[in-house]
Amino acid sequence: MTTPLTPPPKKNPQKRTIAPTRPSEARSRAAMGLSAAAAEGRFALQRCAECDTLQYPPRDVCSACLSPDLSWKDISPEGEILAETTIHAVSKLYFRERVPWRIGTVQLDAGPVVICHLHGDCERNSRVTLINRLDRSGQGVLMALPKEGSLNMEDDPQLRAMTSDPKHRRILITDARNTNTPALARSLLDAGAATVFIGEAENWRPNPMRDELNKMANVHIFPLDVTDTSSVQELAAEIGGKTDIMINNASFIRPGGVLARGDTGFARDEIEVNYLGLMRLAQAFGPGMCSRTADGVNSAVAWVNIFSVYALSNDPEFGCFSASNAAARSLSQNMRADFRSSGLRVMNVYTGPTDDDWHQLVPPPKVAPIALARSVVQGLKDGLEETYCGDVAKDLYQRFQNNPNVLERELTQGGDGP
Amino acid sequence: MGLRQAYDGVALVAPFSTPYQRYSTDTAHWWIAGALRGALGTAGLKPGEIDGFCVSSFLLAPDSAVGLTQHLGLCLRWLDHIPMGGASGIVALRRAARAVQCGDANIVACVAGDTNHIDSFRTLLSGFSRSASDASYPYGYGGPNANFALLTDRYMQEYGATREDFGRICVAQRSNALKYPGAMMKKPLTLEQYLDTRPISDPIALFDCVMPCAGSEAFLVMPEEEAVKRELPYALIGGTIERHNAHAEDPIQLRGGWTLDIDELYEMADCDAKKIDLLQTYDDYPVICMMQIEDLGFCEKGSAAEFVRSHDLTIDGDFPHNTSGGQLSAGQAGAAGGFLGLVEAIRQVSGTAGPTQVKDANHAMVAGFGMINYDRGVCSGAAIIRSGNS
Amino acid sequence: MSQQLLADFAAQIVSGDIRVVDLTHTLDPDFPVIILPPEFGQCARFRMEEISAYDHRGPAWKWNNISMSEHTGTHFDAPSHWVSGRDLPNNSVDSIPPENFIGAVVVIDCSEGTAANDDYELTPEIIQEWEAIHGKIPKGSWVLMRTDWSKRSGAEYLNMKDDGPHSPGPTPDGIRFLIDQRDIRGFGTECVGTDAGQGANHTPPYPAHFFLHGAGKYGLQCLANLDQLPSTGAVLFAAPLKIKNGTGSPLRILAMVPGDNS
Repeated sequence: MTTPLTPPPKKNPQKRTIAPTRPSEARSRAAMGLSAAAAEGRFALQRCAECDTLQYPPRDVCSACLSPDLSWKDISPEGEILAETTIHAVSKLYFRERVPWRIGTVQLDAGPVVICHLHGDCERNSRVTLINRLDRSGQGVLMALPKEGSLNMEDDPQLRAMTSDPKHRRILITDARNTNTPALARSLLDAGAATVFIGEAENWRPNPMRDELNKMANVHIFPLDVTDTSSVQELAAEIGGKTDIMINNASFIRPGGVLARGDTGFARDEIEVNYLGLMRLAQAFGPGMCSRTADGVNSAVAWVNIFSVYALSNDPEFGCFSASNAAARSLSQNMRADFRSSGLRVMNVYTGPTDDDWHQLVPPPKVAPIALARSVVQGLKDGLEETYCGDVAKDLYQRFQNNPNVLERELTQGGDGP
Repeated sequence: MGLRQAYDGVALVAPFSTPYQRYSTDTAHWWIAGALRGALGTAGLKPGEIDGFCVSSFLLAPDSAVGLTQHLGLCLRWLDHIPMGGASGIVALRRAARAVQCGDANIVACVAGDTNHIDSFRTLLSGFSRSASDASYPYGYGGPNANFALLTDRYMQEYGATREDFGRICVAQRSNALKYPGAMMKKPLTLEQYLDTRPISDPIALFDCVMPCAGSEAFLVMPEEEAVKRELPYALIGGTIERHNAHAEDPIQLRGGWTLDIDELYEMADCDAKKIDLLQTYDDYPVICMMQIEDLGFCEKGSAAEFVRSHDLTIDGDFPHNTSGGQLSAGQAGAAGGFLGLVEAIRQVSGTAGPTQVKDANHAMVAGFGMINYDRGVCSGAAIIRSGNS
Repeated sequence: MSQQLLADFAAQIVSGDIRVVDLTHTLDPDFPVIILPPEFGQCARFRMEEISAYDHRGPAWKWNNISMSEHTGTHFDAPSHWVSGRDLPNNSVDSIPPENFIGAVVVIDCSEGTAANDDYELTPEIIQEWEAIHGKIPKGSWVLMRTDWSKRSGAEYLNMKDDGPHSPGPTPDGIRFLIDQRDIRGFGTECVGTDAGQGANHTPPYPAHFFLHGAGKYGLQCLANLDQLPSTGAVLFAAPLKIKNGTGSPLRILAMVPGDNS
């Protein structure tokens, strides 16, 4: 078993905050495939389409038949440890600050032999399950876990370094008015979050969820309006230094596309909330969070965006909303670039139509708040960058991967006309 | 496949080693030039008298052998650059010997050298190979220490070798180094000290690791009649082998490419392991020495631990091994580490080793091993050389 | 004559014989605006973004970009704001004759009734009771309904319930009386609109907007400091921004009242 993490002591104001360092980021283009799979929490290796040989380390051509036709396939993550070492001395600062660090050589049942991180509960020469996770450089790495799991497994320091686990962390949810907020707050508290801060815009308007949120222990509501720069800056000044996970669920949605609307009014609101709101939050909270990514048990660790899956390809019924989400998604990629060197992870949760007023006319399946909350918490525990919540989102992502141009046609095709 | 042609008529002369330094503010160019100058001086040659040049170095960038020709003022008709780390010496010897034998060059200078700035080892590691960047360094960034720790761990499990067994190799080499003026390590090492030192990457501890340093090594290859005419002590080549990416199917490296070619090597050299008077292995870690002792035919696979327990590996012992202290005690001067054993062996069989001279050293086996591309050393080579002046 | 009058006016402002009362709320991002059902277009809140602040974006100067609706904060409603006034001449803020921005003002104090009833409404009877004390409302006057509502803040201000907001305003008859019988210049309140919070339930809905603007009259809302005005005898200065075809505008509203020295 792993020694359970204890809640961190209060910060000693006389001590300098440890500056972020990170493992090596350099990878070949081929190896980025592993990182792309890790971003989604998949364990995948390259497989040769001609002779089925699995490749590792990643290659440009098959090492058995020289075919260039290699693609990343999910494979069995089971294997056995052949050898291990505990590293005590190392020149790379990130590891130097974290030794002893345990790695091993694992023979996969599927064939390849890999060097990987070893979870502290893996016994010598034992059977293991491999996971593919992003490390703090943002690149995919393999880690062996005990095959049968172990007690408090998620608290292993090497594993926790790969994840964004909410346990003992302080989390800001930006929009108390979103119908998903109570489920998000409760799920995060159940996952061990120390505190949930919730931002509420326009407290001069009633908020039907306020009472429910106020009743939860360790929940604190603060004024926050993502469309108001001064409001965002004020809250960042107040709690930015103890925001470990940001969950931006502020969203403005109205139905309609370009012609159905006839003006830019709602589009402006959508951009103000969904795009500029994200930018304001990133500008106000990003620098502080980036400086605290090595700050102990409750270090700043992740930034979560909740996007419509139609950020990938426009849904004409919600055409302008989709466009604002596409803009926000692009901004999230920019945030990743800006946050990368600190190790602060940006996780985008793509959801299908949510079960709320604005999707009344959309047929099921629709994403319930609790389902979204589960995706957020699981994604944080797995340290993901991209996750898709609900059948519609998963289906759309698969079609997007297959052929984005075909998907666009499917989504935009009209009737036959008169 | 028939036996390869013999290396008849080719002489190895003028072995030269610069004294190693822990850190140097000079460049790889400077160190390479120093060894070249030393070898030429030993042979009484002027730079204009060589027409072939072969270089190995990790830190020449952005230059290569080409840049060095102009930098060093050499007009050549044969030029090579061998990027094979610990196998560079053997491979340079093979290439140069054939060039001389076939008349493509008359006198080839083989040189290896690197500098060692503060932090240059760390930066060298970070760009060492694509597979290392992709699949090794992200895992604790242990570099070769961690890689060889894994091999050592498996080797110990498979064959029952112990830390004491590895320690015997290191202690004997330190004893040899104390007689070698160019060595970095000047203090004796006991088995107790070896066992008590701080861990680096279990089961590897401090004295299992080489000390990165600056230094250079060189020797000349010329027709035997040229060496005789110039009255230079020289060595002859009994046979050589090289092999790359052997045993790729082994899940973890417990043997090297030597096993594929060793019988042919002895056949070419017309000798066997018993006739070898001294062995120079590539010793970046003691487990690799054990692998070579086995794979080069000195004992059965898996029994090297017993072999080192029952043999004296010092200069005056019954199995002289790494007589200049090897990299473990002389230091690892980058790519020059791949030349260290070969240059010492040329000195030994040509009777010019001085304080480290093994008595009656007629046959020497030299092995090279190099380039942890991902999880194992990819290049291996070996040569048997013998005394030319006997 | 008028030259002397203006000179006296200026002198009395300096001397304090005439006191200037600011009836304006500060433009603040968090100041409430009217809330319509969400499928309708909404009134933009006041927003301010720094352009530069003596920094790399402009080393020696500070300035901001601001944005808002025509109907954000303390603001003026022109006749074109409502469908009933859409075809009137000079119905937008840029075309209203400037002399209409200055005029006499009377204040009907409804603060007592409002304190007892959030949905307090101004009726012709209440107006006539007021006139019995203060005299007939002069033609062309601004009429302000004092409720002390401006002293509320946060959720209390809109006072939004499940059946909509609850705040004071005139009945249809009340506003028609002021327009038809007294020919006022305009009507002002301390609430977010000239109509009562429940004004949508009247016939016609939002009677103050409907009748005022249909008659070419003006509205003022989100007023403050009405408790500092006399019932009669003050002059109001309320000039909206000159926005092309604007239906209203945030503005600074000043009242000139007899000072303590007078």
